[in-house]
This record gives sequence, structure tokens and C-alpha cells, in this order.
Amino acid sequence: MIPMLANEPALQVVKRTRRQVPTWYNVLFTLLGVLWLIISFYPVLYMLMTSLRSQNGYLVGIPWLPPLHPTFGNYATVIQAGFAHYFLNSVIVSVTSVVLIVGCSVLSAYVIVRTKNKVVRFIFNLFLVGLALPIQAAIIPIYIIITKMGLYDTLIGMILPSVAFGLPLTLLILVNFVRDIPSELYESMGLDGASDFQVMRSLVLPLAMPALISVSIYDFVQAWNNFLFPLVLTQSDSSRVMPMAIVSFQGQYTMNVPVTMAAVMLSALPLILAYIFGRRYLLGGLLAGFGK
Amino acid sequence: MNWQRWLMIAPALLFFLVFALVPMLVAVYYSGLQWNGISAPTWVGLFNWRHAFANGEAVHAIWLTVELMVLCWIIQTPLSLLLGVFLAGKQKHRAIFGVFYFVPLLFSAVAIGVTWSYLLNPNFGLIDALLKAAHIGSGNQNWIGNPSIALLVVSLIIGWQFIPFHTLLYQSGAKQIPDSLYEAAKIDGASPLNSFFSITLPQLKYTIITSSVLILTGSLTYFDLIYVLTGGGPGNATQVLAMDMYKEAFVNQNIGVGSVLAVVLAVSGVVLSILTLRFTGFSRMESQLEGM
Repeated sequence: MIPMLANEPALQVVKRTRRQVPTWYNVLFTLLGVLWLIISFYPVLYMLMTSLRSQNGYLVGIPWLPPLHPTFGNYATVIQAGFAHYFLNSVIVSVTSVVLIVGCSVLSAYVIVRTKNKVVRFIFNLFLVGLALPIQAAIIPIYIIITKMGLYDTLIGMILPSVAFGLPLTLLILVNFVRDIPSELYESMGLDGASDFQVMRSLVLPLAMPALISVSIYDFVQAWNNFLFPLVLTQSDSSRVMPMAIVSFQGQYTMNVPVTMAAVMLSALPLILAYIFGRRYLLGGLLAGFGK
Repeated sequence: MNWQRWLMIAPALLFFLVFALVPMLVAVYYSGLQWNGISAPTWVGLFNWRHAFANGEAVHAIWLTVELMVLCWIIQTPLSLLLGVFLAGKQKHRAIFGVFYFVPLLFSAVAIGVTWSYLLNPNFGLIDALLKAAHIGSGNQNWIGNPSIALLVVSLIIGWQFIPFHTLLYQSGAKQIPDSLYEAAKIDGASPLNSFFSITLPQLKYTIITSSVLILTGSLTYFDLIYVLTGGGPGNATQVLAMDMYKEAFVNQNIGVGSVLAVVLAVSGVVLSILTLRFTGFSRMESQLEGM
């Protein structure tokens, strides 16, 4: 493609010199890199260090150094204050939302790709409009609807709108993916006579698995971190989810920063574990097709 | 279209209509009501609209939202671009940097807001302690309590939260630039700065567009972090549209005025999307990608 590539030896010389002499821009770049490393990672380190400090240690210790006598006492306090219950609520809301969003989306994506008619095209366009609409713009009527349905302050009340707003992007990504399945595959598998459900199960689902995993991760993170729905749609202790729990801890232990930081660390636990054990998947999922 | 396919698309459509699209339309109706959400509503036509715009509240919120948008773009775009290109380099230490850069992605906006409110606390915050230790400034600076810098501080923290995501985007974009382009330029005697401007930037055009669209539409919806950090204050210095809407509807129980702001929010979202589609050829880009 590029004719200059024929000049192989010259290329190698160039490469070697680059490795030996650090040029000014490489130094500058690395400096910027180190600076950003401190800015982006240090606050996280601060969360961790503070969560291991005793309340006394927090006030007298040097705040930018690790605690002299690390303690897990704050984690114990947080767990005794009902955190396990809030954690479980978050798991229920997030997992149910993901299953519903991804399940509904993959079925619809299949129909949208395989059906050529105006109604389906119109429905797809409706979902695309949904991409541009901010959740905040619909929250007032959602609050009224959920209240009228008797679902205020319940986990289901949070799940229903989360599913609705998770659908458009998930659907778009899956449509793009299912569209890439060559139509010859449908024919060559002799599935022409098969029902849509059979085609779905034996062809689309297995092929779309990587995309399904990636959108599931994306939707899970969105649901896990969602704040507006629980803020507006719940109020009691029994339906409290993780982000609300942090806010209530902050209010309850105003001056006890270590306890709140322990709550913050615990709230991110699933994502921290996912990052340690499956960084590639998690980051791929967070990009959700934008990085294509 | 057979009944099976209707059955497959029905759940998604139902969720989306009932909990996203219909609420959005209902918000338009609510904007004409005088209603506290409990007693019987009265139809007042355009009264709420005139009220919200005449007393300057809505204009102030819109203006702040635009300011936030611009600040976020300026803070996030150049840095994310540089960091993404930096991480796309093949040097080993850059990969290790990357592991740390992406850690802020694991925390929710609420967790980040709570942490930064402690970091910036004028009495016991880490930033204050560091500045004092370095003898910079007079100490006890009230970062988020000072109306003239509160919005800037909020934008910087939003930047801290979202730069890792956009870095990820740019990294994945920059990795796709063929090495041969750089090698050819090098043989032609191009300086690294030259190849950055004549190869990297043009090749990242679509990434820049995607990232910018996400930043601009995202700034409409920054709510969680602002709620936790400033609650819209001090005064109304950080009362962006989403925050203003929440306060009107759920604190002042003025559903009508809240809905006016919600509609403004929705319209801004749609207009912004259409404008970016028009002026950037984003839709053309998508169809190009489909062929890949």
C-alpha cells in the first residue's frame, strides 16, 4: 500500500535510534503521564487509605500518607449498619434490569434486522429518538406513574424505568451486531423452514455472545451506579440501594470520613473485582460499542 | 410479519413506550398544570412557561448548562486525546499507566462526589492540607462554597470522572491507526509533532466527534455529582437545568415549573443530537462503519 515500506533497512535504523535516545517529546509525554497518574489514581488511593484509618487516626494522622495503624473497623461499622442488605438490593435491581434489557433487546434486534417493513423501521426509529432523551426529562411523569401503580418505594419501581432507558443503546449495539451476521448463514444452516425462536437459539444467540456479554457489562454498570431513580422513587431503608446508602452514610456520619470511605469502597466492590479479574472485558463493556 | 415476531418485539416496545416515551410526552402536558402532585391539578396553559422564563430562573439554568458544556469539553477533550494517544504507544510502562488511569471508572458519580467533597473540605480536606504544607495560598479555601469558582470546580471533578472514559475511546481509536502511516512519514522526514497533526489528528476525526457528542449530550444530564457536591449551590451557582428541574418538582413540589424545565432539557437533547448529526456527518460515519 505504501511504497516506502520497501525501504526496510532504513526503517530498522529509525526504530533502533528511537529506542536508544529518549527524545524531548517522549520525556514530556512521560512527565504528563506521571502527572496524570497522580491526579487520577491518588484520590482512589486516598479513599482506600482513609477507609483503613480509625476516626482518631483520621484527625491526627498525616492525610496524604497511609495510616500507621490500619484497621478494618470502618468496614465492620458499615456492614453492621445494614450494608449487606443495601448491597443485595443493588444486586437484585442491577441483575434483573440487565436480564430484562438484554433479553428484550436481543429479541427486538433480531426482528428489526430480519423484517423489512415500514412498521418495524418506524419502531426502530422510535428507539433511536430515545437515545437523545435524557432520563431527567422524564423523571416527573415516571414518578407519578410508578406511584399510581403502587410501586413507589419498591425495587420493581426502580427496575421498570431503568429497563426502558437501558433499551435504546443496547438495542442499537445489538442491531449493528446481528446485522453483521451474513444472510447466507441463515440459509446454509437449513434454517429457512425453522421458526424464529429456533433460529434465535441455534444461530443468533451463539454468534452474538461477545456482544451480549459486552452490553450486559455496560448495562450492569449503569444500573449499579444509577442514582436518580432511587433518589426519586424510593425512600425507606428496606428499598435502599448502594448509591443512596453512601449518601445516607455521609449524612449520618458527617465528620466520620473513614466510615463513609469504607462505604464508598464497598459500593464499588463488584467493579473493582471485575477490574482485577477481567479488565479487558470490563473496559470493553464500558466502551459499549463506542470505540468501534 | 408473523405473530412470533410481534411477540419478540413487544416486550421492548412496551417497556420503552410506558416508561420512557409516554412520560416524555406527558411532561409536555404537565408543564401546563398548576400542581403539587397530590391535590387536584389546574390547567394554567402557558403560565408556568412565562413564570419560569420571566423570573430568569430558567434562563440562568440554561446558561449554566451551556457554560458547563463548554467547560467540560475544554477540560476533557485535549487531555483525553493526549492521554489516549500516549496509552496507545507501544512502550511497556504506558500499558502499566493505563491500568491506573482507568480506575476512576469503577466508582459511581455519587461515590466520586462524596470523596471529592471530603478532599476539598476547607477544614480537614486533603487538598487544603497539601496546600498548607506547600505554603500555597492562605488556606481554608472553600472550593465548592465559593460561587465564583464552584462551577469550574464541579467541571474539573466531572473531568476527573469522565476523562478516563474518553481516554479509553481515544486509546482504542489511536491503536487502529496503521503503523505504516507513521513509518512512512518518518522516512519522509516528518517530526513527531508533524505526524501528530498530519496523521494522528485526522485519523482520530471520528473518535473526536464521538467523544465530543458524548461530552456535550452528557453535560445536559450531569445531575448525580452536582446533587452530592453542591446541591446546586452555593445560592444557585451550580443550579444547571437537571438540578433546577429536580428542585422545582421534588423539593418545591411545583410539578408544572419542573416539567417546563424537563421539556427544555428533552428538546435540548434532541436538538443537540440533530445538530451534531448534521454538522459532523456522524450518520455517514455510522454507515461507513457498518461496512467494516
